[in-house]
Amino acid sequence: MNFDLSDEQKMLAEQARGLLAERVPFDRLRKLIDANAEWDEPLWRELGEMGFLGANIPEEFGGLGLSELDLAMISQELGRVNAAVPFASSLVLAADAIRLAGSDVQKAEWLPRLATGEVVGCFAYAEGPGDLLGRGVRQEGAKLNGTKTPVADAGVATLAVVQAGEALALVRLDQPGVARTRLDSFDQLRPHYRLDFADADAELLPRGGQIETLFDRAVVQAAFEAVGAAEACLTMARDYAMERQMFGRPLAGYQAIKHKLADVAVAVEMARSNAFYAGWAAGDASGELPGAAAAARLTAITAFEMAARENLQVHGGIGYTFEANCHFYYRRERTLAIALGNREHWAERLIAHTPGSQTKAA
Amino acid sequence: MDFNESPEEAAFRTAAKAWLAANAPQHELPEGVMLDDTEEVMLGRAWQRAVYDGGYAGITLPTALGGRGGTGIEALIFAEEEARYNLPKGPYIGIGLGMALPVIGKHGTPEQIAAYADRTLKGELTWCQLFSEPSAGSDLANLRTKAVRAGDDWIVNGQKVWSSWAHRSDMGILVVRTDPSVPKHKGLTFFVVDMTSPGIDIRPIRQISGASDFNETFFSDVRIPDANRIGAVGEGWACCMTVLMGERLNQGGERGGIENLIAYAEATPRGAGTALDSGSVRMALAQALAEEQAGKSFQARLRTMVSRGENPGALAAMVKLAFARRYQQTSGLALELRGMDALAPPAGDARTREIQHDYIWSTVIRIAGGADEVLKNQIAERVLGMPGEVRMDKNVPFEQLK
Ligand SMILES: Cc1cc2nc3c(=O)[nH]c(=O)nc-3n(C[C@H](O)[C@H](O)[C@H](O)COP(=O)(O)OP(=O)(O)OC[C@H]3O[C@@H](n4cnc5c(N)ncnc54)[C@H](O)[C@@H]3O)c2cc1C
Repeated sequence: MNFDLSDEQKMLAEQARGLLAERVPFDRLRKLIDANAEWDEPLWRELGEMGFLGANIPEEFGGLGLSELDLAMISQELGRVNAAVPFASSLVLAADAIRLAGSDVQKAEWLPRLATGEVVGCFAYAEGPGDLLGRGVRQEGAKLNGTKTPVADAGVATLAVVQAGEALALVRLDQPGVARTRLDSFDQLRPHYRLDFADADAELLPRGGQIETLFDRAVVQAAFEAVGAAEACLTMARDYAMERQMFGRPLAGYQAIKHKLADVAVAVEMARSNAFYAGWAAGDASGELPGAAAAARLTAITAFEMAARENLQVHGGIGYTFEANCHFYYRRERTLAIALGNREHWAERLIAHTPGSQTKAA
Repeated sequence: MDFNESPEEAAFRTAAKAWLAANAPQHELPEGVMLDDTEEVMLGRAWQRAVYDGGYAGITLPTALGGRGGTGIEALIFAEEEARYNLPKGPYIGIGLGMALPVIGKHGTPEQIAAYADRTLKGELTWCQLFSEPSAGSDLANLRTKAVRAGDDWIVNGQKVWSSWAHRSDMGILVVRTDPSVPKHKGLTFFVVDMTSPGIDIRPIRQISGASDFNETFFSDVRIPDANRIGAVGEGWACCMTVLMGERLNQGGERGGIENLIAYAEATPRGAGTALDSGSVRMALAQALAEEQAGKSFQARLRTMVSRGENPGALAAMVKLAFARRYQQTSGLALELRGMDALAPPAGDARTREIQHDYIWSTVIRIAGGADEVLKNQIAERVLGMPGEVRMDKNVPFEQLK
């Protein structure tokens, strides 16, 4: 057994981390919010030039053909800086869906352009409040009708993979049959849209039955994103506590604060460990994936939730200002906790995939 | 023990209900609309004036202060009935009634009471609280803004921060250092200050909610007449304690009611039923509801103590601590059970937007008015009698602290 990242993976993480630290200082995020921007387009282009956007796309389609764990290094670093790019929508969801369920023609048409970042994809599943997957949108023949809302990153995407019942459909967003309406998004760095389809041209992805696998794989990446973000919160809180004087000595010297941050640190390492295992399972042990992904999801959300909340708490009043940096994570955390299914959903999946459980897989 | 309202209390409720039904609707704020600060304060003043004319202003304040001289239970009954309407009741009204008047009433002179009480109760004077500073929050006694005596005036220099609604206030309650040669809690003095005084510079701070209703407040050679001093020179800390105790007793429960979240879960579709069918949602919300009910009963116990002249002290911290945690936890949970739509609800969904706001606002409740960690220390030390942290800063003259 070797339960550590490879040297190449560590280098990839370091490379991504170095680039992002330079390109995404917090003031950059503030500027994007003030401009009500769709995304950090220059960063996206740069990620494309460096090949990051093709990380999970097979070499025959112009990507790097890296493993799920390699990809996870990038997800983690994007999470750490709260980057405003549609990496998860375009690569982790749309491209992966095409790779898993698409025909060779569809793959050849879309994957190379997704790999360079020239085409941005998004993934549409929810239909208003409640259930994770919508039930209204249907594909009949080559036409799609109904409404998906909210859909992350649909403003900059030209291509959507749309869940329609048990099937997945490919829909170009730049056609008359699609109306996009930007919604007010809780996460100010991740825009969401309502998509209305009225006899929109759509193509089925021929290999059915892939939705659960797609979500399992996507939550593994989201878990790494959450681990990166939680770690950023933890560091920020520790650094602030070291600096802040309270009753004549550093705040970091009080056990209440040490214990609080030690609890967060434990949660982060638990989450990281589950994420490693799930990342490995996603690549090399697909039978283990559903349970491993669900476990990674649950611990990652717990860690990020604690970290985001307690980071702001440790900052006191200053944490409530736009000039401080706690809020980016406080909002992003809810995105990561809710998109791709809430805790209850993944708890069910974990129980269903526990060896010895009598419950049948959902 | 009797949890039922007495005949007098029941009669009070009936009268308050009827009065509100006749007067409140025309003062209600439009649902889901962000008002301009100036306009909101104007509406707040008008509603407070109506409350005053109706005889319900300052229910627990003594009649000598122009209040109604009523009981805490009556205040609670009125607040409960009032909360059925969406009225303009922000800090701009609350700080005057809940902080300025109690401190002036307890530590002020008859002249000061005459000058401020009636006008505040009528909504003519709005107030802000000028306590916190960049290096003085939980450690309030570490404050550095100083006042130096000059004839009949004091000259104030320094900086306050997080001053809610200072940019729309007529008056401020202010604590400053008047003697740096004594230990930090001892050299403080309390004032009321006219916010239009020359030398006061108020700069709004942008908050994570998108609002900018708290401020940095700078004092450069601001003259405050000695007649504005509340209590003796050096009695500032005692005045602050009066204010903070009032703040804590009055907190908790007004927002984020669990019944609303149960209704929200029930209005959220899930499969063929609703989110409230889920065992884990039921468990979490029922637990929160039970704790909310406990908080209400706890507050009733504290009010009973106060009505007997007993000081609940750090027990009040328990109510606030429990509420703050529950508020963040349950508003976060409500967003989760809603699913993806909670991240970007349609324009018409005011309820989800409110819960998003609650989730943001809950961070403030955990920090302001006694942060969680500070309240836990108080409970451990004052309720359980455990020793305090070893402190180096307590008996040293302020000017000798680093
Ligand atoms: C929205 C808002 C409105 C406000 N309005 C006003 C106002 O109108 N007027 C005013 O004067 N102030 C106001 N405040 C300020 C508020 O009173 C302070 O934020 C509060 O006292 C905490 O102080 P601080 O922000 O400096 O945080 P700090 O005191 O720096 O606290 C930072 C963290 O350290 C923790 N901590 C403190 N002491 C200890 C300890 N001994 N052991 C372990 N942990 C500890 C705290 O719990 C907190 O988590 C407002 C604040 C907010 C957020």
